[in-house]
Amino acid sequence: MIVEYSIAVLLVLAGFFGLVGSFGLLKLPDQMTRLHAPTKATTLGVGGVLIASMLYFFGVEGTLSFHELMITLFLFLAAPIVAFFIARVQLRNHVAEKELPTPKRAGTRWAGHLGQDRGSD
Amino acid sequence: MLRKLFPHPLLTLVLTAVWVMLVNVLTLNAVVFGLILGTIVPLVTAAYWPDRPRLRSPLKIAEYILVVLWDICVANVQVAWIILFKRNADLASTWVTVPLDLRTPEAITILAGTITMTPGTVSADMAEDGTSLLVHCLHAPDPKGTVHDIKSRYERRLMEIFE
Repeated sequence: MIVEYSIAVLLVLAGFFGLVGSFGLLKLPDQMTRLHAPTKATTLGVGGVLIASMLYFFGVEGTLSFHELMITLFLFLAAPIVAFFIARVQLRNHVAEKELPTPKRAGTRWAGHLGQDRGSD
Repeated sequence: MLRKLFPHPLLTLVLTAVWVMLVNVLTLNAVVFGLILGTIVPLVTAAYWPDRPRLRSPLKIAEYILVVLWDICVANVQVAWIILFKRNADLASTWVTVPLDLRTPEAITILAGTITMTPGTVSADMAEDGTSLLVHCLHAPDPKGTVHDIKSRYERRLMEIFE
């Protein structure tokens, strides 16, 4: 009984965060801020579904399932890397170097802007 | 010889464990095939990962994972709040430079990943000499405080683990 209630609560919470993350994609004003919505709000969305699934298999079916842990692992590997790729493309094509703060050591540049001397527009 | 065969012993163990969990049953069959994969994959990818990172205090890794998981939960609520209840005009999104004290590439990768997964920040680029990270903040009225948080909360712990 308690298990079923917790599963339901987790699923509803997860659905809520998933919805907010997707809504953020529509609502936030530009490419860089939009990147924040799917990298975070959705993590708890997916996480909630996965914990609910583990609870279901453990509490209702009585078996231990590891697939959820694996999905979490892959998600945590994939999300930052994809976000990094998208941010980098955005930086290179649509953000001028002037708009960015400078790196710590004077005279060095951000790696993403190297070899791009025509400036961005 | 042994070092050549197993360039990353930890990776071998992790890959074996991952394979067993993917199969979802603990049988000798799964373990042996996992070990085979765990031997081949590090061998094939060794050229792209020449160094072997030294983990100074493996126990701290557990602490780090717990801290990050907690922060991810907090981050989710914060970002959800910003998305739902903040007008776009009130958003104070900025770029900040995070100067790095970490030198180990693996540690910097983990730090960059952590920054992306936690409160309102996405790591976007790195300086050509590898001494600073470029981070985008969704809502940071106090950019200096954000940088300080990242350095004291995550980088300090990673320093203890890797360097």
